[in-house]
Amino acid sequence: MTQIFHPSMNAFAKATIFGGLFVAVAMAFSWDRINRSPYVTEADVVREQPVPFSHEHHVSGLGIDCRYCHTTVEKSAFAGMPTTEICMGCHSQIWKDSPMLEPVRASFRTGEPLQWTRVHDLPDFVYFDHSIHIAKGIGCESCHGRVDRMPLMRRANTLQMSWCLRCHRRPEQFVRDRGEIFHFGPLAPTKAHDHGPELVKEYGIDVRQLTDCWICHR
Amino acid sequence: MNNKAHPMTNVADPYSEALAGPDESPALVWESLRARLASADGQLFWRSFDELAETPEFLDYVSREFPRQSGEGMAPEDRREFLKLMAASLGLAGVGLSGCMRQPTEKIVPYVRQPEDFVPGNPLYFATCMTLGGYAMGLLVESHLGRPTKVEGNPQHPASLGATDAFAQASILSLYDPDRSQTVMRGGQISTWGEFLTALAAELPDLRKRHGKGLAILTETVTSPTLADQLHSLLAELPEAKWHQYEPVGRDNVRDGAKLAFGEHVDTIYHFDQADVVVALDAEFLTAMPGSVRYARDFIDRRKLARGEQQADGAPHAMSRLYALESTPGLAGAVADHRLPIRADEIEGFVRALAAQLSVEVEVGQAEAISDANAPWLAALASDLTAHKEASAVIVGDGQPAIVHALVHAINRALGNVGKTVEYVPSIEAEPINQIASLKELVESMRQGEVELLLVLGGNPIYNAPGALEFGKHYETVKLRVHLADDFDETSFASHWHIPAAHYLESWGDARAFDGTTTIQQPLIAPLYQGRTIYEMVAVLQGHPELAAYDIVRGYWKRILGDGEFESRWRKALHDGLMADTRAESYKPEWSLQSETSAATSPNAGELGLEVTFCPDPTIWDGRFANNGWLQELPKPLTKLTWDNAALVSPRTAERLGVSNYDLVELSRDGQTIRAPIWIVPGQPHDSISLALGYGRTRSGRIGNGRGANAYILRSAEPAWFLSGVELKRTGERRSLAVTQNHHSMEGRGLVQLATLDQFQQNPEFIDPELRHPEILPTLLPQFEESENAWGMVIDQTACIGCNACVVACQAENNIPIVGKEQVGKGREMHWLRIDRYYKGDLDSPDAYFQPVACMHCEKAPCELVCPVGATVHSHEGLNQMVYNRCVGTRYCSNNCPYKVRRFNFLNYDAEFGYTGEQAPVLKLLRNPDVTVRSRGVMEKCTYCVQRINAAKITAQKEDRPVGDGEIVTACQAVCPTKAIVFGNLRDRNSQVARFKESPLNYSLLADLNTLPRTTYLARIRNPNAALGAPATIDTPPIEPTILDRVLERGAP
Repeated sequence: MTQIFHPSMNAFAKATIFGGLFVAVAMAFSWDRINRSPYVTEADVVREQPVPFSHEHHVSGLGIDCRYCHTTVEKSAFAGMPTTEICMGCHSQIWKDSPMLEPVRASFRTGEPLQWTRVHDLPDFVYFDHSIHIAKGIGCESCHGRVDRMPLMRRANTLQMSWCLRCHRRPEQFVRDRGEIFHFGPLAPTKAHDHGPELVKEYGIDVRQLTDCWICHR
Repeated sequence: MNNKAHPMTNVADPYSEALAGPDESPALVWESLRARLASADGQLFWRSFDELAETPEFLDYVSREFPRQSGEGMAPEDRREFLKLMAASLGLAGVGLSGCMRQPTEKIVPYVRQPEDFVPGNPLYFATCMTLGGYAMGLLVESHLGRPTKVEGNPQHPASLGATDAFAQASILSLYDPDRSQTVMRGGQISTWGEFLTALAAELPDLRKRHGKGLAILTETVTSPTLADQLHSLLAELPEAKWHQYEPVGRDNVRDGAKLAFGEHVDTIYHFDQADVVVALDAEFLTAMPGSVRYARDFIDRRKLARGEQQADGAPHAMSRLYALESTPGLAGAVADHRLPIRADEIEGFVRALAAQLSVEVEVGQAEAISDANAPWLAALASDLTAHKEASAVIVGDGQPAIVHALVHAINRALGNVGKTVEYVPSIEAEPINQIASLKELVESMRQGEVELLLVLGGNPIYNAPGALEFGKHYETVKLRVHLADDFDETSFASHWHIPAAHYLESWGDARAFDGTTTIQQPLIAPLYQGRTIYEMVAVLQGHPELAAYDIVRGYWKRILGDGEFESRWRKALHDGLMADTRAESYKPEWSLQSETSAATSPNAGELGLEVTFCPDPTIWDGRFANNGWLQELPKPLTKLTWDNAALVSPRTAERLGVSNYDLVELSRDGQTIRAPIWIVPGQPHDSISLALGYGRTRSGRIGNGRGANAYILRSAEPAWFLSGVELKRTGERRSLAVTQNHHSMEGRGLVQLATLDQFQQNPEFIDPELRHPEILPTLLPQFEESENAWGMVIDQTACIGCNACVVACQAENNIPIVGKEQVGKGREMHWLRIDRYYKGDLDSPDAYFQPVACMHCEKAPCELVCPVGATVHSHEGLNQMVYNRCVGTRYCSNNCPYKVRRFNFLNYDAEFGYTGEQAPVLKLLRNPDVTVRSRGVMEKCTYCVQRINAAKITAQKEDRPVGDGEIVTACQAVCPTKAIVFGNLRDRNSQVARFKESPLNYSLLADLNTLPRTTYLARIRNPNAALGAPATIDTPPIEPTILDRVLERGAP
């Protein structure tokens, strides 16, 4: 009986097998890359907002504390977004005719709230609580990045679970002195990272529990 | 599978053809059941007749984890369809993946001006009240960003003391019910409030000229001081107008009985915490009376012993004794130390005889002949009551005739209970009248054509007026009919105008509790639709359509409280949830009844034949909750029936009539006929059929329409809750019923531990030590490292009254869906917490036991070992965590769970009812934002309310302190009227839960499996009376081979 396939077909077979393998690996790799890309995570993507609010200007330029606007960050899971009234506290006096601020003034006049686009958006099955992170010495910068250098707000990190776990597994690398939570930029040299383990102890952080599923999911 | 149904099977798939009819002589089966019980010497715990009989269907059912799941019964063409769908969904999944990956854009909408003290993300609690039957229960309602999500009891309110009943828990679902009426309707067409005002304004001048002649108002029972004031001033203005009241679960007998006894309207308040002997005569005082929640707390407070608590003086623990005589098996009977099934029409004779024995000051004439079965009871009750003068209480149910109530007042007086366990106060109701008489008067004047304008303000008389009155027929003759109601219901359909009523969480108002305490009903949300309140409707009649309910209620109280301190007192009343110093004052009414020698005045007594008793449904009450899915799917405490009512009969009566479960029968009396399926209930009196009210609705909405039989049709025009001489006819048809009594069976094995009080006092260590301190055996499971908290729970079976409030509270707190009747029939109900009901004893009057079962959070959890994807794992605080995102739906965990507490989302259940976010967006508002809403294909189970644990931990850690005992209260614990559930930190030796775990009564379920459950139980203690032939000790039954063992022995059926 004659061979059905010519010996040169072996090369095809090898190419198919290894090629297939290569394609599979390439697909898996690109799948992973896509998943971590800004397209999916929306990290570093600037979102359009009703008012082009500059954190850079307000934080590093004017030195306004985070809590002046994000009033409930120490009390609640939700950090709080400034009410129109808070904006108007200053802007009824300064820049009161700026066309950029017209939506704010309109909101104050009509009572219609401003609608900001959420930049840091966790999935609904994650129960993040700002207040406990503040209480345990996690600075704003650890998650939100150098907000003081962001003319327009963007997400500095992926907010993916693997990113959360970096800190939940090794909080000593991230905790800071409670006085420096709202500070951006390099910390004072004496409060640098090597104090981490002591702070973890001082704050009573049970590191083992930080990776219990129901700490964040429930 | 055997396709022939067993005569009383309740596990055969009720949806299959198997309902064709019995093919075995029922008599034989009953005999075999009795023989089996006799051989067990009363020591056997059983859940259903099928379990007792070990029918092939039952054995088949329990030998499988998921009875009748997908795949089974799939025809080849279905399979092909299935493959097609699979292929299509795979393809769609590919397309949809990118959609899954990116999150939709969300908006943040901050306030323009933020209200004071408001922290977004933290819930606020507001005090308000809910009324049922007119009586208020004080509540604290949780509000997330302005939307009410969960009801809790108000600890300061005397009717609540922090707990609620199942109705209050479920009422939040009624607020968001997508089927609620949303607009004013005129003759079935959408209209507006303005048009209604115009139409009514056209009538008013004429009406005034006639001094209100031709105007009739029909309300439910009114306790609201404001509304009473409004109505009284309206009637003063229009003296010819008529105000009628009708409450379908009415208390006419109670009112008339008090009137008979004292010559005036008097309300009775009981103090069960002072009573050593309680006699309940057909009285469901633990769940179905004004003040029930409070009564349950008081009553159980007198029975909680040995929970690790010693009396200060070291004296023996006091424990009250409850005797219950019941015409329908209820919770009082289940909790009672002695229970006597008795026909409702026999109770009057019994009470007359008891009154004679106790030599009350009323001349009762010849004592009635008492049947042999009841005679020992009479003697025992009389002597026990006499022995506990001033510390006993006799209470009679709303269904018994007025004379029985009067005689019970006399008995309580003769026993010196008045002022001790029984307190009299002036009537709480605004206008105590005989409501049936009032309704009859209304029907009569409608028949005469005297009523030109009828306002039905609340209530649904077309549906729930007694059939004999033919209310609907006469209603049609009224010239202008206006109906205020939550739903566009049966009465709305027959009315010219339908006005949507505001839910109690949307409206201002006030109401009084069972003891007179007044609560201002404070809204938590503006009306979702165009809801109006009854106050506004009356104001329209008074010519003040511009007044809102807030103005009316506030205006009334301003007049009452005076200008001086009004603002501060009003604010305090709103904050506290009750108006200070409004409790009714106790007084001693003059006794007036001297002689009652007439023969039984009950219209039915003496007649023979079948009796029908009516009772409010334990889950949907009088039908007002018919469209509430949580309540429809809530298994009734004793029958475990869901989504339906049934004609409940005793085994012997069923045997005599030749009927079996699911048989559709026709019940008729005086030309009125209804059809209902039979359900055989152990403990039902013979020749007495119980029918729950509230079913058979035709216009309640997509949940409640067309379910069960409308028992109101059979009711007579007398204030009677039972009828004799009812004819029963078999139809030959059968009806499917969804009953959960065999679901999630743990198959015997020493689950309920119990002892008598004497036995416990002689030998407190009566429980097998292996159940109390299970030996820790070698295990494959890893030992988890423990942290400073170890959460645990103890459930006290002596305190559990089986009221179901915890089940609904859990459902509300944890976003648990309803699944529908058909899915319940397949054993797929989603309740994380179930209450198992066991019977022990003979078929005719067994004792009942309740056992709430939720996830035990085993330290060595069998479920964790078998999950292939690590979706269920242990936390360092000992919680058995379920991770929805990891779950792929293998259901191995549930298979391996010996307690059967895991629930699987077979379908997207919300979609089944058109209840998804797209179809009914309003239901999104209902969800607890602290708990994930689960999707199809995911396993779920009790979390110990981890959202509450985390919230308390976060609060404590922010304040740099450990979590205190009692800071974490699970939803089931919070709602429990009797505090039967205790939760806390086992590591804290002083915590309540740790002390309870030290009690000799504490034991584990299925301890021999080495699961080390974190939830344990306190054994049930009973306090029987030796005079009634009760054994002094109850032997703990040996742990039997399981049913599964027997299945394996026999081979699978």
